[in-house]
Amino acid sequence: MPGTYDNGTEIEVTDLNLWYGDNHALHDISIDIPKNSVTALIGPSGCGKSTFLRCLNRMNDLVKSCRIEGKVLIDNQDIYSKDVDVVDLRKRVGMVFQKPNPFPMSIHDNIAYGPRIHGMGKKNINGIVEEALKSGALWGEVSDRLGSSALDLSGGQQQRLCIARTLAVRPEVILFDEPCSALDPISTGKIEELILELKKKYTIVIVTHNMQQAARISDYTGFFLTGDLVEFDRTEQIFESPGEKATEDYITGRFG
Amino acid sequence: MSNRHLKEKGIESLLFASGIVAVLALFLLCIFLFRDGLLLFEAYPISSFLTETKWFPTSDPAHFGLLPLLLGSLIVTAGAIIFSVPLGIAAAIYISELAGPRTAGILKPVTEILAGIPSVVYGFFGLVILVPVIQRTLDLPTGQTALTGSIMLGIMALPTIISISEDAISSVPRAIKEGSLALGSTKWQTIYKVTIPAALSGISAAVMLGVGRAIGETMTVMMVTGNSAVIPGFPSGLFAPVKTMTATIALEMGEVPQGSEHFHALFAIGSVLFITTFIINIIANHIKRRYRFNL
Repeated sequence: MPGTYDNGTEIEVTDLNLWYGDNHALHDISIDIPKNSVTALIGPSGCGKSTFLRCLNRMNDLVKSCRIEGKVLIDNQDIYSKDVDVVDLRKRVGMVFQKPNPFPMSIHDNIAYGPRIHGMGKKNINGIVEEALKSGALWGEVSDRLGSSALDLSGGQQQRLCIARTLAVRPEVILFDEPCSALDPISTGKIEELILELKKKYTIVIVTHNMQQAARISDYTGFFLTGDLVEFDRTEQIFESPGEKATEDYITGRFG
Repeated sequence: MSNRHLKEKGIESLLFASGIVAVLALFLLCIFLFRDGLLLFEAYPISSFLTETKWFPTSDPAHFGLLPLLLGSLIVTAGAIIFSVPLGIAAAIYISELAGPRTAGILKPVTEILAGIPSVVYGFFGLVILVPVIQRTLDLPTGQTALTGSIMLGIMALPTIISISEDAISSVPRAIKEGSLALGSTKWQTIYKVTIPAALSGISAAVMLGVGRAIGETMTVMMVTGNSAVIPGFPSGLFAPVKTMTATIALEMGEVPQGSEHFHALFAIGSVLFITTFIINIIANHIKRRYRFNL
């Protein structure tokens, strides 16, 4: 563990265990995720990193056979306690998915969707849409065609639209689940730039398959293997002198 | 070598012939229907056929007014839509989005069994059960009304509407629904703001196909709507007997001398019916083709 953080801690996970039916998918995960920084989660396929990410906004609630034990505090609130409203939690903890998933409606309506369901900005919805698209680095490309279908955008543009859509509800934390795995290198570069810009205002957790990407954009890196968090430290530390043999084998490409 | 080649050719031609049978049947059907229908207008002006308000085929002079029958069909179908569309869509939403896998596994096949019941059985049920109930509860002179026909047709259109809407709703990608939930919307908000709009063209196709079935249905309507050829008022006509285009043909065809004016009038009605269902099917297929997702 890297110790205490300059910006403070946003997410505190203690002894998190998760089962899908009989399959024990996460074992005793404990991790403190710092505020206003980028935390990358790496590891081979099936290691549990995406499953862990989906614990942080309770998307695993959708899986019926899923059972969770342990504590997840976000901003000092236990998100699995009974009095937590999942709708409210997901407004605070946004998520961007692996494949861009814009709604089949106009660009404007995609962004306005979140604020509308939360009753935000009834009078100034256009302002919110513009601000979100600017923060999502998409405004310049779409400002003249907000009414056209979001499905007509390119893959990279769609993913930035999904990021802007998440920003529009003003979350504190944004979870990225391999956001660039379906994109070309140029689109990937744009998203990475955007993530570096966003960390000034948001806490970011990103799951990635791409170790160079983790090295480029993250401040802290956690390495998952078969449901265990093997190592978690500053990104330079993980990539330059990892404490565990398994971490070193993985980042030097000996497996995975 | 040439023997094998011959065999291949033979099989190919056989399959081609089977494929062409359906097209040929449709083609011949159209020719006979329209030819015999058009023969009416040699003696009876087409304008009278389209605008006359009376269907008195056996009086002297005879009146062959399409309107009471066309409006009869329309009011029964409209009633069926009002009744079956909300119910069918609600059931489809429940089966695809809310029911657990076990409940859905029971509900879906059961609704599909509804589609397999012969229409005369529906008619029998309507006549014996529904007609007296309608007469008593609404205090009408007869229970054989347009409304009774609407309810029966609505039930008969339900399996089509449910099954095709359900397919459309389930084919909305999970990723889109998750995207909506991840923004903090509730299950219901996701259903009616994202899933339903995304499935809308499929749902519309389902409704059109249901309507097509309702308009062409004969036996059930004939048994429960009273068959009196008067122009129905709306909505008061719902509570009175009506005669639909389909029932007219079925009831009168057996008794007309072949080649008579009345005979051709029935064919003319058949042509109108054919054109109506044809257009509805084209619209339904057109919308259906557009709804596939490419994400």
